[in-house]
Amino acid sequence: MRTLEPTLAEHPFFRDLAEDYIRLCAGCAKNVVFKPGQYLLREGHKADQFFVLRAGRVQLQMEAPGREPLTIQSFSEGDVIGWSWLVPPYRWAFDAKAVEATRCLALDGACLRKKCEANHDLGYELFKRIAAMMERRLHATRLQILDVYAAPGR
Amino acid sequence: MPRPAADLRPAPLAAEPMLPRAFRVAARRRETHDVFTLELEPADAPGEAFAFEPGQFNMLYVLGAGEVPISISGDPTRPGRLMHTVRAVGGVTRLLEGLKKGDSLGVRGPYGAPWPVLDAEGRDVVVVAGGIGLAPLRPLICQVLARRDRFGRVSIVFGTRSPADILLAKDLERWRSKFDVDVLLTVDHAPPGWRGHVGVVTALLPRAAFDPANARAFVCGPEVMMRFTVQELAHRGLPAASVHVTMERNMKCAIGLCGHCQYGPEFVCKDGPVFRFDRIERIFGVREL
Repeated sequence: MRTLEPTLAEHPFFRDLAEDYIRLCAGCAKNVVFKPGQYLLREGHKADQFFVLRAGRVQLQMEAPGREPLTIQSFSEGDVIGWSWLVPPYRWAFDAKAVEATRCLALDGACLRKKCEANHDLGYELFKRIAAMMERRLHATRLQILDVYAAPGR
Repeated sequence: MPRPAADLRPAPLAAEPMLPRAFRVAARRRETHDVFTLELEPADAPGEAFAFEPGQFNMLYVLGAGEVPISISGDPTRPGRLMHTVRAVGGVTRLLEGLKKGDSLGVRGPYGAPWPVLDAEGRDVVVVAGGIGLAPLRPLICQVLARRDRFGRVSIVFGTRSPADILLAKDLERWRSKFDVDVLLTVDHAPPGWRGHVGVVTALLPRAAFDPANARAFVCGPEVMMRFTVQELAHRGLPAASVHVTMERNMKCAIGLCGHCQYGPEFVCKDGPVFRFDRIERIFGVREL
């Protein structure tokens, strides 16, 4: 039976991570599939997973009463979703909805936290990668706020 | 108010670079709520082809109102009517928007340094466009696709404000339908029901397939978008000398005489508007320029 280790090792987020660490992470992973319209995570719910996208498309959304959900970003193959499993109180801050049939590896957040506590080298490696991802997303969001394509004065 | 064409004396562009030639609107179409395309032909020689190179621009003169520099958006491999895709954002461009089939306007050009398409032969090509920036890149894309076998992988990465702001949609669909071109499109803001990418154009660049050691990137869009795009391309390993950008500054003469478009030691009208990025890298982030 093919294990999840090669799939994890091929994903850009885990690329060049030591084999031992890949094995540790794969021990927390399982394959999951979402149909279009299904939610991967909902704002306020317990953040207990970390999604590694293999195929499909997911939109990150925020809801406000009386308004249509606002789509902030979309993610597809090669992306990862969710870092709230790392930060107390471990609650999602957004909704994430599949807009296409989506295949992911879902890594159990509590399992990963436990392994990171037990192996700080693994924890440091994962944190470095997540911090880089957060920095890029923050940067992209700032650029988005600039609304660079708006007409002057709009 | 536009004046009749008879008030303009047709003249060879090269011989009298400051003298507009009379053109007529042969066709016009709306691209988005504030972007439109004009097809123009010389008033004295309908059907005469307008020769230009990708990336060059013309000064379009709304009679009695003023001139604006507008990039040519036509296909240089299929000479025919002169084509300009324009965003109505100022006094003159709003008057251009109001022109109808048969109306007259003045044209001076073509001017400026073109996209170095020949230099990209044998290499991967990455085209990154933001908003109306797709229009000046369209001639380059047409030329690359007309000689597709001379290039490596070709990626077109386009970011715009919203789905309603997607211009040249038919072209994008046509290019996307080809099996040897990657077209990636994203919008900054999406309404409910949009199923495409959402996010800034730079977020799509990791998905563009190219060999940084053998690629050329062509970038056009708002300056801040180009700034972050160049950073992301550098992050992918593409040297500044492999990136070309097109700059925009207020222009008057368009032939390097008046200095209105001076950009550090360069004149955007004659040294640009297309610049190899390493040539302007030092001054690119200088806010005062």
